[in-house]
Amino acid sequence: MSVAVDTVGGAPRAVWRRGILASRKGRWGFGILTALALIALFAPVLAPHDPNAIDASRILAKPDLAHPFGSDALGRDVLSRVIFAYRVSLGVAVGSTLLAFVVGVPLGLYAGYHGGWVDTAIMRPIDLVLALPAMLLAVALIAIIGPGSNVALLAIAVIYLPILARVVRSSTLVVTAQTYIEAARARGTRSRTIIARHVFPNAIGPAIVQATILMGFALQIEAALSFLGLGAQPPTSSLGVMLADGRDVLTQAPWVEVFPGLAIAITVLAFNFFGDGLRARLDPTGVTHER
Amino acid sequence: MSDDLLVLEHVDVGFATDEGQVSAVSDVSLSVAEGEIFGLVGESGCGKTTLAMATMGLLPRTATVSGSVRFQGRELVGLGDEELRRLRGDRISMVFQDPMTSLDPTFSVGEQVAETITAHRDVDRDAARERALALLEDVGIPEPERRFDDAPHRLSGGMRQRVVIATALANEPALILADEPTTALDVTIQAQVLDLLRELRTRLRTTIVLITHDLGVIAQICDWIGVMYAGQLVEVAPTGQIFRTPRHPYTQALLAALPTHEQLPGTLRVIPGRVPNLAVPPPGCRFSTRCPFVMDECATVPPLAHETDEHRIACWLSEATRQAGGRPSRTVSGGAA
Repeated sequence: MSVAVDTVGGAPRAVWRRGILASRKGRWGFGILTALALIALFAPVLAPHDPNAIDASRILAKPDLAHPFGSDALGRDVLSRVIFAYRVSLGVAVGSTLLAFVVGVPLGLYAGYHGGWVDTAIMRPIDLVLALPAMLLAVALIAIIGPGSNVALLAIAVIYLPILARVVRSSTLVVTAQTYIEAARARGTRSRTIIARHVFPNAIGPAIVQATILMGFALQIEAALSFLGLGAQPPTSSLGVMLADGRDVLTQAPWVEVFPGLAIAITVLAFNFFGDGLRARLDPTGVTHER
Repeated sequence: MSDDLLVLEHVDVGFATDEGQVSAVSDVSLSVAEGEIFGLVGESGCGKTTLAMATMGLLPRTATVSGSVRFQGRELVGLGDEELRRLRGDRISMVFQDPMTSLDPTFSVGEQVAETITAHRDVDRDAARERALALLEDVGIPEPERRFDDAPHRLSGGMRQRVVIATALANEPALILADEPTTALDVTIQAQVLDLLRELRTRLRTTIVLITHDLGVIAQICDWIGVMYAGQLVEVAPTGQIFRTPRHPYTQALLAALPTHEQLPGTLRVIPGRVPNLAVPPPGCRFSTRCPFVMDECATVPPLAHETDEHRIACWLSEATRQAGGRPSRTVSGGAA
């Protein structure tokens, strides 16, 4: 209880440290994500083999001690490939969400704080993007620019931007209606200072939760795009590319398909756990409930 | 009157709503002299807060303000956003009702005081902090050094309101608009906060407009009282006169509704009827729908006229109002209930 009280009033850092780790889901999510991030970061060190080394003697070889995840149709080590593919996929997932966050959050803040025609001018185009089916939008973008993991990153950011902008806008509306914002205006505080110092810290919570969960799904979207051949291009591998490769040999060598699939599942799950843990701390209703 | 600190003339405030234009404040004229504590009293929704917000230029976009608000001789209605911002928190401050909601929960109390200073003065962080500490000490917060970095929720209601008042005082404003500053506090803390306001007036000669629906608070510290009903200012007089010889039927009814010691439990006196819908206000005097003395003239808005030098009233029962409104004198004074 005292932890909850501390987190309510105060330092966002305390929310991060104590709050998230206080829930079991949050701990698991945080733990798995840290491990996965380290794997992605140290891929060249951790991968036991060259992910692109073709070994004709090991085509579709079963998992063994030297190659715990087995080998694929070209005799490449699946474990090493999963590690390197994971690096690309996670990079796209995190990068796209961050990009959407960095662009979408200020738009939502500005629209929500000022309201009126500013709100309309910012949000109507955003609603338009939101109205289009996400996958269709991504495919259309890639059709225009051309495939590649950077383009996939951009496409996912375009899908996510309206979602985050809307979340921030709605929490900004709630915060802006609070007396302390009116009090700040009555003190003669400048609008930009009010937005940066008073609205942003109070309104950002739901967007952080949303972004965390979106990161997990971004991994899925990236995989789907790559599976369709619209994401990472060979020789760069991503989890989606690996899924596409493994599909052809699913009956003879399921390990080629199963391990990248597991990697996606675990990551999405971990992001969701982490997001749920965050939500328990940052969600305004949760906070008032515990207060 | 021209050297008064705050002069409102024929101020009208309307809000555009789904029900149409709502007239929240109608033709209010009053003036507040420097160093005075002026009490604005009336029930919830009578336009007290709206009037304060109009003075501060803090009304939402849906509001339209007409008339004149002069502060230190300067016209505030129609002033640009940036000019108003420079005034707010510097020359005119505001104290809000509930200190729990008027302080940002994610910021330390000291920083919120310091922010008021840096918004208006070109000072560095340390200087602002020094000044904020002095202010916190000034309003009676013990160990300001230790309290400075506390989040608002760590302070009691009374302490929080002291912080809010310190914020309002930060730049030594000429005028403080205190909107129900004691309503959210319990009675002992109320007395402390009122004492503090009174002391500030004496020490700094700050002019205070105190908005409240609590006649007890008004009686304790105000020099002058303005009584509002449904957006109209119906009576203005020195505090003693309002309590001793209330002239407007609404003021009389309001004072009569105050419970006394002799009164039996469960026998609270009320003013019959209810406040009119301000989207379709009654023509003329807005109290006419509940007034026991209502007569034909009440369909016309009664002007606020000087009954005596100090006592002003807007009611057709008053001889002064009749003369100001160009009506013949009444042969029968008073009226039938």
